[in-house]
Amino acid sequence: MKFTLSWLKDYLDTEAGVDEIATRLTAIGLEIEEIIDPVAAVKDLIVVHVDECVPHPDSDHLHVLKVNTGKDVLQIVCGAPNAKAGMKGILARPGDFIPSFGEKLKAGKIRGVESCGMMCAEDELGIGPDHTGIIECPADAVVGASVATVYPSDPVFDVSVTPNRGDCMSVYGIARDLAAAGLGTLKPLYDKNEKLVAPTFSSHVVLENEALDIGAPYFTLREIRNVKNGPSPKWMQDRLTAVGLRPISALVDVTNYFNIAFGRPLHVFDADKVKGKITVRSAKDGEKLLALDGREYALSEGMVVIADENGVESIAGVMGGEVSGCQTETTRVLLESAYFEPESIAKTGQKLILTSDSRQRFERGIDPAATIGAYGSDLATKMILDLCGGECSEIIVTGKEPAQPAPIAFDPKRVKQLCGIDVPADECKEILEKLGCTVTQEGDIFSVVRPTWRSDITGAHDLVEEVLRIHGYDQLPALTLPRPNGVHGILLPKQRREASVRRALADRGGYQTITWSFMSSKDADLFRTKGIEPVLIANPISADLNEMRPNLLPNLITAARSNIVKGTADGCLFEVGPQFFGFKPMEQETVACMLRFGQTAQRHWAVAPRAVDVFDAKADALAALDAAEAPQNVQIAREAPAWYHPGRSGAVKIGKTVLAYFGEIHPKVLKALDIKTPVCACEVFLDRLPPAKKKAGKGQKPLKLSSFTPIMRDLAFLVSRTTDSEKIVVAAKNTDKNLITDVSVFDLYEGENLGDKKSIAIQITIQPVEKTMTDEEIESVCRRVIGAVSAATGAVLRS
Amino acid sequence: MSELDLLQTQLLEQVQKAATLADLDAVRVSVLGKKGIITEKMKSLGGMAPEERKVAGQQFNTIKNALAEAIEAKKEQLEEAEINARLAKEAVDITLPVRPEKQGRIHPLYQTYDEVIAIFGQMGFEVAEGPDIEDDFHNFTALNTPKNHPARQMQDTFYLKGEENGEKFIVRTQTSAVQIRTMEKQQPPVRIIVPGRTYRCDYDATHAPMFHQVEGLIVDKETNMAHLKGCLIEFVKTFFELDDVPVRFRPSFFPFTEPSAEMDIGCSRSGGELKIGAGNDWLEILGCGMVHPNVLKACHIDPDVYQGFAFGIGLDRLAMLKYAIPDLRTFFESDLRWIKHYGFVPLDIPSTGSGLSMTGGNKR
Repeated sequence: MKFTLSWLKDYLDTEAGVDEIATRLTAIGLEIEEIIDPVAAVKDLIVVHVDECVPHPDSDHLHVLKVNTGKDVLQIVCGAPNAKAGMKGILARPGDFIPSFGEKLKAGKIRGVESCGMMCAEDELGIGPDHTGIIECPADAVVGASVATVYPSDPVFDVSVTPNRGDCMSVYGIARDLAAAGLGTLKPLYDKNEKLVAPTFSSHVVLENEALDIGAPYFTLREIRNVKNGPSPKWMQDRLTAVGLRPISALVDVTNYFNIAFGRPLHVFDADKVKGKITVRSAKDGEKLLALDGREYALSEGMVVIADENGVESIAGVMGGEVSGCQTETTRVLLESAYFEPESIAKTGQKLILTSDSRQRFERGIDPAATIGAYGSDLATKMILDLCGGECSEIIVTGKEPAQPAPIAFDPKRVKQLCGIDVPADECKEILEKLGCTVTQEGDIFSVVRPTWRSDITGAHDLVEEVLRIHGYDQLPALTLPRPNGVHGILLPKQRREASVRRALADRGGYQTITWSFMSSKDADLFRTKGIEPVLIANPISADLNEMRPNLLPNLITAARSNIVKGTADGCLFEVGPQFFGFKPMEQETVACMLRFGQTAQRHWAVAPRAVDVFDAKADALAALDAAEAPQNVQIAREAPAWYHPGRSGAVKIGKTVLAYFGEIHPKVLKALDIKTPVCACEVFLDRLPPAKKKAGKGQKPLKLSSFTPIMRDLAFLVSRTTDSEKIVVAAKNTDKNLITDVSVFDLYEGENLGDKKSIAIQITIQPVEKTMTDEEIESVCRRVIGAVSAATGAVLRS
Repeated sequence: MSELDLLQTQLLEQVQKAATLADLDAVRVSVLGKKGIITEKMKSLGGMAPEERKVAGQQFNTIKNALAEAIEAKKEQLEEAEINARLAKEAVDITLPVRPEKQGRIHPLYQTYDEVIAIFGQMGFEVAEGPDIEDDFHNFTALNTPKNHPARQMQDTFYLKGEENGEKFIVRTQTSAVQIRTMEKQQPPVRIIVPGRTYRCDYDATHAPMFHQVEGLIVDKETNMAHLKGCLIEFVKTFFELDDVPVRFRPSFFPFTEPSAEMDIGCSRSGGELKIGAGNDWLEILGCGMVHPNVLKACHIDPDVYQGFAFGIGLDRLAMLKYAIPDLRTFFESDLRWIKHYGFVPLDIPSTGSGLSMTGGNKR
């Protein structure tokens, strides 16, 4: 909401300056976005006298001017039709900033003639609407003085009005709120005894309101005839321009002016273009309107419209139609002033995706009492008559002003209770009355009737806010929040797991990233799980981000690619976040996904780097599971989704539940995502972990240390290449769970000479329990291990 | 000089001449070995008369001991020389780089997330969470934002395709939805914070279609707006690790709070550099207010008995302010160079006890 200082002062009698007004506006909830002073921006420009004006030797429309700055005489080339000797104008010299150019003026030659500056027009400087020619200063303007002496500074305030404050969508409303806050007094708009309009006839227009119950409870028209439309006066054009509106014609400008000045939307129809009876009614499906913005809107049942025998002429409270709009030649108008219900206007505007100053005000709630009186139809009629002449009819009224809601019972002690601040009851009453409320006191309880312009006030809590707002939010004390006793950790087990996994993966070299929760369906197609439908966004920000991600990997692979393109050939990224398997709440799960690409490290004098592989991914998966305190009895299974290399991937499972997938990414997937380096990854499904077992206490099991030295034995087996080493390890371990405390694979050999066999060597650790073991006893354990491994896998001991 | 003295001198000379441990051992064998000169001498004692044997025995023992001592001394000397030679040979270029070890990073947003949790945790807030996909009831209606409420236009909502029983779903525009989900399950007292992803259909220099919020909510019988102010002042002081941060409360509007406020913190903007703390400028940092009675009613909590406050902070913005990160969009670009620069080492775990930030050592 923009307004100028002088406009505000039309309604507010105050001595306060710009800064004080700005501070107070912010303090009462009307946050200042910006204060623009257009004249201040060009204050270095000066008034000059045009001593001479001759035609340019090489042009039929340019002039060459000699202008006097009071200090020297400069040669200026000027194309304005109104340039003439003897006039006073505004000169910009090289180095001066020109707002409409967005840069500083440079000296130059125009068609071979040197020009030491520019004579300026209002619109070029952003200080007025005029663009027909250069500024002509009054004769008494002082040569050499700043442009500010000719154009008094009138700063433009831009305040951000919150959606509840429809009443402040107007300069008058803002003045009223400032007055309530004690910054000056509100001036009367006119003498209460003054009769604003004197109707001279009764209109023949027939008006019928069929929409009383569907959004138009109060609708009025007034005919004004013999008007002369044309440009509005300069003061009005200046104000409209200053707040960003384009002056059109006096009749249209008056309606725009009322919107800004009083938050009172109005509409003017050209009465000669309206045919027959006028009806306020619901639109019918299929009806269309070419609106004043030049676009055609398809209307539907439920939208309130104003129609005549030709069809719809205006979308009520949102926008008028092109056909019945006022033109310069218009001589007879119908002035519409109505109260439309906020919900109805909001619904229509949203459906049509059509915003207007009028809609913004109606949907926030306008002052219904200002439909005819106050700053309604009467005042607007007077302004039209003043500017365009003519005579007005009696007003045609349908419906009636909506009734005020019942008074609100308000206990001023609520302020202390809710805000922790002492505001005496008397002050509460005074504040509410200053805001326009009617307060009657019954014992300790107030009965409060809100002012007609404050439809946002509906309950006692609103009154608390009003009291606090005017009393001052800065008066609010700061109290220390009492702490609850005995806080034991504030994270859910799930959150604690995620936090540990994040730190653990970073500790393993992972760079944590955050990628969009959405992605492109094209990439997602490479990562589909059977039975899970894509979760599509109806209004995506772009076609590349049209689906809630079914998987974290594609975004990470794409991220790897963009890093490679930027010159980082190797890396490790991880993300812990949601993936989605349905379009309803809760149909998502948290996944920790770590991805490695390229080589394990840079080339190094001692350690040769290698391509990342499935075992990196497996290690990451297991580390994440450990950090998440997953159970230890997991199994590694040779099963993974299609986006992994089928021979170099697997799953970590507990029973039938997959806790993680790991592996090298399928070469076809990498090709489709245009990535040429090896990539391996793991996906750890944190939400699937069984809840951690509750222990009775925090104490550990007692530590039992054997006093006997453990014995290591190495055994090498020949086994089929397709046999998993895990089988050998498990068979060996299970031979004697008491004695064998560890089995590890320390050698793998797959040579041509072994054909379809491979050699796997394991080290077993035997821990004597009761006494030192004899060689014979140790040999016996080894023989049993060999037997068990053989039986389980068909392996034979290598000799 | 007797014959024996001469022998001793000669043999000692041989010991001294030995250049290597092998040489020395050869000398030892030739002197003290089974067939060594001194051993042979000792053997000859058996053929001597008792008197003679006594004298000779003493003499031989003296020589034997002297030689054994000399050999031992020489051995130590040679061993020392040998190990010194070996060590000299083993010397390496210790300026070579160490074997590669990888240290990763925590994203600055998550570092901030952990910091915020640590601070509010100390004030007794529990961390709650809710789904990214929401229904209209939890994201809007229950938060006192009925259909066609102008406040809905404050937020550009992403809608999902697909519907169930005629209801369509959205991606949440605010973590406030979790207020409702929590109060549906839990009667007061409620004291939670809700960090999480939020989404709006908006993408430019200062807006990302996805960002992060922390919602705070207290509902009990006595918490009032002065507590809210105290709580938030404590938060900004602790978070920015400053002794004093000027704070300004301004009236504002959110459908789900009344009275509503926005909080600004003091800052200075001299020379294009933003500094938090005392200064002549203000920076908007969060929205807050007292929970609107309609929100409590929607969760079947009696607003005449219970009251409380709620606030919402942009986590991304907090991270940008504290760690001087200029562009929001870079948070989501996964540029390893950026994460390395702005990220945190894994051991840098925020705690209000040990200091909030930079306790985990240097970055590598």
